[in-house]
Amino acid sequence: MNNKYEVVIGLEVHSQIKTETKVFCNCSTDFHSQPNTNICPVCTGQPGVLPVLNKKAVELLVKTAIALDCNINKKSVFARKQYFYPDLPKNYQISQYELPFAEHGNLNISVDDQIKNIGITRIHLEEDAGKLLHDIGARQLDCSLADYNRTGIPLMEIVSEPDMRSPQEAAAYLTALKNLIEYIETSDCNMEEGKFRCDANISIRPVGQKEFGTKAELKNMNTISGVEEALTYEVQRQIEVVENGGKIIQETRTWDPDEKITKSMRSKENAHDYRYFPDPDLVPVNLDDNFINDIKANIPELPEKRKQRLIQEYGLTEYDANVIISDKALVNYYETAVNSASKETENTAKPIANWLTTELLGKLNNAKLTIKESPVKAEYLGQLVALISKDTISGKIAKIVFEEMFNTNKDPQTIIKEKGLVQISDENEIIKICQEAIDESPKIVAEYKGGKERAVVAIVGLVMKKSRGKANPQMVNKILIDLLKK
Amino acid sequence: MEISKKDVDYVASLARLEFSEKDKESLTQQLDSILDYIEKIKEVDTSKIAPTSHGATGQNVWREDTVVKSSQSTIDALFKNAPDKEGDFFKVKKVMDTEE
Ligand SMILES: [Zn+2]
Repeated sequence: MNNKYEVVIGLEVHSQIKTETKVFCNCSTDFHSQPNTNICPVCTGQPGVLPVLNKKAVELLVKTAIALDCNINKKSVFARKQYFYPDLPKNYQISQYELPFAEHGNLNISVDDQIKNIGITRIHLEEDAGKLLHDIGARQLDCSLADYNRTGIPLMEIVSEPDMRSPQEAAAYLTALKNLIEYIETSDCNMEEGKFRCDANISIRPVGQKEFGTKAELKNMNTISGVEEALTYEVQRQIEVVENGGKIIQETRTWDPDEKITKSMRSKENAHDYRYFPDPDLVPVNLDDNFINDIKANIPELPEKRKQRLIQEYGLTEYDANVIISDKALVNYYETAVNSASKETENTAKPIANWLTTELLGKLNNAKLTIKESPVKAEYLGQLVALISKDTISGKIAKIVFEEMFNTNKDPQTIIKEKGLVQISDENEIIKICQEAIDESPKIVAEYKGGKERAVVAIVGLVMKKSRGKANPQMVNKILIDLLKK
Repeated sequence: MEISKKDVDYVASLARLEFSEKDKESLTQQLDSILDYIEKIKEVDTSKIAPTSHGATGQNVWREDTVVKSSQSTIDALFKNAPDKEGDFFKVKKVMDTEE
């Protein structure tokens, strides 16, 4: 990236609120239903119908707002945003303009181990639009086909301050926001199902300039890495325009994930003139203290706080704690494993973190599985680490057991029994194997006695081979040296 | 406040409405007199009155999050109200918002 320019990014996230029904009617929000089966006179905009607000949608939005440290506006009103597009049967979208439910929040992100605070401008409630099909497979249609199942599904639009200074910070913000929302379970955040979508405002300005440059709005990024790629491309494009003496124009651009470029969307509509006004079909909302306090009382431990607890309670490094809290399912897995191991023995929290972040996550990644789909149950990973810690098996054998656990879903004790992998810690037996190894290696013994201490490694290897890896390695080391010194 | 014919053209295009030149003239006058009236209302001192967003006095009209499925006959009626259909879909004129 060019050092002459500073990048300024603000993000708008639309996250689907996790309700059973739509925001203004009783239709289901089920994603997998047949097209146009979750529709009714209200969400298809028939004349004379009246919308009625879903209380749960308000509760979940307020919960999200509290988790993001926002001020809750007790009084809130709905507004109509007018535009014509066939995905919107009413020709207006019910949204909020003045007096959204929440304003002035913030969220911590971490990039390269640096913590940065990103401001949240506002969170408002609005309804989703329908889905339009322009083609069926490879066949281009000469018309558009509308499915209104999604029309009227509640969304919370979370608008950030223009506080991000690089595409990496934007990706970190989205990751942190998604993680937080998953912790408090106010949205599924499933990006493939469009339940967590992001538009980005991006501009550049010469370093040191106070005023913002002219921004472009980017749309159609369907993954967090897509957002990062699109922003990285757009920064480069804007720098090139300016460097070649051109001017950035304010416009909406769409990300093409195949060509990996952004394209201008030439809109025929007069530059966004939505003519917002308060929706006369919906009376204002007035949230009382009880409503807000009840929600506050039910906010679970948030990622930042949980991270601090992992560091204090289990002595994890900041790095490991960050990896583990990055996904609610992962941190739940970790704590289940730790609890199961602590029933057997002590000091297992750190080794469990290592097994989890290096061995298990690596294998899951290769197998394209999520932590929830892990063939190794959390309790079993805890038991495995407890067995190492109690010297029942060596770390080396543990890797074999772990491999088997991953492939067979079995618990470690069963595998150890079936395969006869219990560690040999009987002193006499180890002495016997060590003596055999020494007797078979006169040359190496001579080297050792001649002062080459590293030669002992080869004899250790032979002992491990003879015991099929089961001899307790600490004991082998000690006994071998004792025998050699005789 | 002075409404021009240009303003009427703009508002009409936003609302997807078409008017004859004669109608446009009378609309220009009508809108102008409506705005004059609002100018007059604005003379009232409202500095101590909270803004009103709704004519009704109620608040917090909301419902529980319980699914009620539309009957097949309701869904059929919704399709009948639409200009066209194809299979399970409402069929509409093609609108693309990107151009190469
Ligand atoms: Zn409906």
